[in-house]
Amino acid sequence: MASPSPDEQLMDFTFTPEQDALREQARDFLAGHPEPSWAELAELGWTGVSIPEEDGGAGLTFVEEAVLFEELGRALYRGPYFSTVALTLPALPDDLRAEVAAGETSWTLALGPLVPDLDTADRVAIVGGDGIYELEGEERELLTTTDKTRPLGVVRGGEPGRRLADSAVLPEIESRSLAALAIETCGVARRALEYAIEYASTREQFGKRIGVYQAVSHPLANAYTSLELSRSLALWAAWCVATDDPQAHLAAAAAKSSAAESAVAVCETSIQVLGGIGFTWEHVLHRLYKRALGIESFAASGTRLRAEVAATLLNGRDESEPGVVLSEAPVEQGG
Amino acid sequence: MDLRDTSEEAAFRAELRAWLEENVPDELQGHRGGAARFDGPAMRAWSRALYDAGYSGLTWPKEYGGGGASYTHQAIFLEEMARAEAPPHVGVIGLGMAGPTIMAHGTEEQKARYLAPILSAEEIWCQGFSEPGAGSDLAGVRTSAHLEDGHFVVDGQKVWSSFAHLADWCILLTRSDPDSTRHAGLTYLIVDMHAPGVEVRPLTQITGEAEFNEIFFTGVDVPAENILGEVGGGWQVAMTTLLHERGTLGFALQAALEVQVRKLMALARDRGADPLQRDRIAREWIEMQALRFTNYRALSQLVKTGMPGPEGSIAKLVWSEANQRVTKLALELLGPDAPLGEDNAPYGGYWQYQQLRSRGNTIEAGTSEVLRNIVAERVLGLPKSR
Repeated sequence: MASPSPDEQLMDFTFTPEQDALREQARDFLAGHPEPSWAELAELGWTGVSIPEEDGGAGLTFVEEAVLFEELGRALYRGPYFSTVALTLPALPDDLRAEVAAGETSWTLALGPLVPDLDTADRVAIVGGDGIYELEGEERELLTTTDKTRPLGVVRGGEPGRRLADSAVLPEIESRSLAALAIETCGVARRALEYAIEYASTREQFGKRIGVYQAVSHPLANAYTSLELSRSLALWAAWCVATDDPQAHLAAAAAKSSAAESAVAVCETSIQVLGGIGFTWEHVLHRLYKRALGIESFAASGTRLRAEVAATLLNGRDESEPGVVLSEAPVEQGG
Repeated sequence: MDLRDTSEEAAFRAELRAWLEENVPDELQGHRGGAARFDGPAMRAWSRALYDAGYSGLTWPKEYGGGGASYTHQAIFLEEMARAEAPPHVGVIGLGMAGPTIMAHGTEEQKARYLAPILSAEEIWCQGFSEPGAGSDLAGVRTSAHLEDGHFVVDGQKVWSSFAHLADWCILLTRSDPDSTRHAGLTYLIVDMHAPGVEVRPLTQITGEAEFNEIFFTGVDVPAENILGEVGGGWQVAMTTLLHERGTLGFALQAALEVQVRKLMALARDRGADPLQRDRIAREWIEMQALRFTNYRALSQLVKTGMPGPEGSIAKLVWSEANQRVTKLALELLGPDAPLGEDNAPYGGYWQYQQLRSRGNTIEAGTSEVLRNIVAERVLGLPKSR
């Protein structure tokens, strides 16, 4: 966060040089290490970004984590970063946070029946009754998913172990998760759009580069526009989460609903612009598209989130609307 | 990153808000763009009040009588004006377009002559760029200016000129070289709207009101010193004007949209909305917020680097289409009362008027088609379509 100095008395919505440097570091590293291990991320300091320094973290904020989420989305990172840092971290006591910062443990949290990153997360937390507990002795079953970069699975059996946090922490978890997904999917969409721009600028048909045709260029302008709007919301949400702003939940819901739908649409535009190439298994676009689709359906769809937003704005809930966004689905604890 | 006003900005905002509460005349507040906007004396008095309070030309340099304030203050000013539903300073063309162009290209004599009366609303300006044959393609200008005996003689027709019926001066783009085409051979003049041979005819628009005018020039004498820039160098000067047209406009547009969405939500609470309509209302609120923070990003970039970020170019495009959706959704919420008009309609016909007026939003000050070309070519770097 930039703390305004006396000679810089301005509302500021830009990244600090340190945050820009973090983004550059992340992009360079992920370009060379597309499948980094948890230990490698810890070595870079990424697992403890918002963990206090006395617990071995960097003592920074969710804004810096947002920078990383965006780059991890762009790189189609597969691993327990979101599950640990967005989903579980607010529930972890100090000693367990220190283990996360040190790269000794990664986590995932079972908020609904489908749990992300069960293949890579070391430990599993569950919501039960009035608290969040570590789950011990569970069986994990990985399910086949369209998006291979964020696997989903189910947990069976097991016993609640250590009580990690009161369930009062759930709203914070929801806001963090929605904000993280929003900025992550902006990274996904940005990369898809870059492929489409590059292609439209070089591919020739009828003797011209196809980007001169407004039937091609205007959908790309629309894709850029919706991505920039969504990214503004995602950064607002990140700032609200980082500063415990009272609007954090509203901002995160708005950002996730907008960014997830935009990213899906941007990927679709990009696939269309690339024509046959965009439809092939060989090109990376389909993997970006599937990640975007996965994010759109994860946690809560845009429609669900907008129902929440409308309830906040219009003072009162429509009776047909569901309740709390993320945690309303009961955890299946079948044997 | 810090999205709160600094203490100094917060103080400016609070002071301005209090001043607006005290001073916006009732009969001009919440104007729907209608007749009140064209009531010359009332608008001039209001503009003079803004000037006396120091709110005219906030970002103009102090040496020209401006406030010497930052873009952030200008943004706050535009936000608060829109939220108070205060009418704009009647000299919007002078303040936002003619003045900055004169500062950039004018002689010292021109600056001394023209700038101060713009701020005080003693003189009102209009813009003579578009022609029947030159709309989005401004380089098609045909209004002629030929130099004889120390005068330019101007003949031709301009169109879509706001405020021309009130204006004292016009910034006029002419073709001074009859053999030239496109961007060459254009000359930028300052023309006295009271000169013989200048005729203004209002254009009645879709709402039934006349906001724009045609201007006819028949053998109008313009002193040679009334040129801005060089003979044949009018295109470069015109680009300065258009750059300033977009400037911090995004903040005024976002704030106007915020007022509109706020009224839409009040309407929904008043008359009810089904789940599908609630979804669309939430969508519009979210897009309005997105526009707000996109503007903040662009402004922060401008303040930090002196160069506007690419995000700024989409503000007008986004606002215009959002305003069309919001106003149409309001008509839907009015249900069977939607076809009623004026005094027979709920809320005095506010939404019926706003919905019709919104159709102009995607046409005026750069059509959505042209703006998408700009985004595609200048922001995304796609190959040029022409």
